[in-house]
Amino acid sequence: MTLRDFIDKLLGRQPASANVARERLQLVLAHDRSDLNPELLEQMRREILEVVSRYVEIDLDEGDVSLETEDRVTALVANLPIKRARPLAEPGTAADADPASASSAPAGDGAIATA
Amino acid sequence: MTAPGTRYILICSGKGGVGKTTLTANLGIALARQGVRTAVLDADFGLRNLDLLLGLENRIVFTAQEVLAGSCRLEQALVKHKQEPNLALLPAGNPRMLEWLKPEDMQRIAAMLGEQFDIVLIDCPAGIEDGFKNAVAAAQEAIVITTPEVSAVRDADRVIGLLNSHGVQPIQLVLNRVRPKMMANQEMLSVSDVTDILALPLLGLVMEDEQVIVSTNRGEPLTLNGTKSPAALAYNNIARRLRGEEVPLLDPTKAGRGLRAKLGRLMTTKIF
Ligand SMILES: Nc1ncnc2c1ncn2[C@@H]1O[C@H](COP(=O)(O)OP(=O)(O)OP(=O)(O)O)[C@@H](O)[C@H]1O
Ligand SMILES: [Mg+2]
Repeated sequence: MTLRDFIDKLLGRQPASANVARERLQLVLAHDRSDLNPELLEQMRREILEVVSRYVEIDLDEGDVSLETEDRVTALVANLPIKRARPLAEPGTAADADPASASSAPAGDGAIATA
Repeated sequence: MTAPGTRYILICSGKGGVGKTTLTANLGIALARQGVRTAVLDADFGLRNLDLLLGLENRIVFTAQEVLAGSCRLEQALVKHKQEPNLALLPAGNPRMLEWLKPEDMQRIAAMLGEQFDIVLIDCPAGIEDGFKNAVAAAQEAIVITTPEVSAVRDADRVIGLLNSHGVQPIQLVLNRVRPKMMANQEMLSVSDVTDILALPLLGLVMEDEQVIVSTNRGEPLTLNGTKSPAALAYNNIARRLRGEEVPLLDPTKAGRGLRAKLGRLMTTKIF
């Protein structure tokens, strides 16, 4: 954050347009570069959440699966806060899940990088 | 396919009207003045303008079209610049050429030019369709030119992706129409914003400069007459860097010494 951003925030002013431009560009380029249309991304997000929820209970309000881009590398970043591990494999949903490994699953970020 | 030793440099942008042709003309003259045998190839067959910016529009007899058809020799089509004989233009042919022109045709032209020139600058049309694909076929390296605006940067990013997939290397960036005051006020994407986002090395910065328009009116590129305008200096420096000389880049928002510039620097300092 720059001094200008700080003052803007303090005074409740709109952020400088260059910052808005940078953020909008980063987002649109993450999508352009991955060649994923928003619909496919949404479908992937739903499926990822579905798979993960089979093993652990996640906070759906705080959860976030999004594309980020840096140095021409686009990453799929999932940030899924875990409330608790599912105590037992529920029939039909996680038939082949190992409850022991599910309970020790690490919380937080997973990233899949694509060139 | 292309002669060894000759550098084939594509000047492209994706978005139209960001300054490709102006850069090609000025860089061509600047390189020629620095002793480099330079050809500028107008690959914008649909909307050719390079002849006009160089002031050579009345001296065109034959074009790339007749060269490809075998109805004239390359020498007959090349238009030598009177004041800078190191520079020659190969004019674009009739827009109807687009109906049959293929990437291999551009490669043939490039190979012919390679026999007598050290550097071939290729003025690319806007867009990423056939015109771009033809032009890129003749290139080994590229200069991507953009302005600090969201649409131009986005289109530049698309083009960089395509250049990468064509194996064009190196790709360098020119940032055009920079307004230092707006940058200092953070109302324009900064130089590092653009270089970070596009992840390309910066070859040069060209200021927004009224003299560009004056020079195009006359058909005399700014680099022709030793003009001291900011853009002229920038084009000359780009030519020197292209030849491997180390010429420092100035951050436009850090160049000023007045109170305004100092305040601008203070405001853009990262505090956390
Ligand atoms: N640094 C500059 N300062 C002021 N005006 C500029 C600058 N660079 C370019 N221009 C102006 O911008 C306009 C477009 O420039 P130019 O024709 O070189 O762009 P282009 O990328 O070749 O366009 P096209 O995509 O149509 O081929 C021209 O009117 C030119 O004079
Ligand atoms: Mg042009």
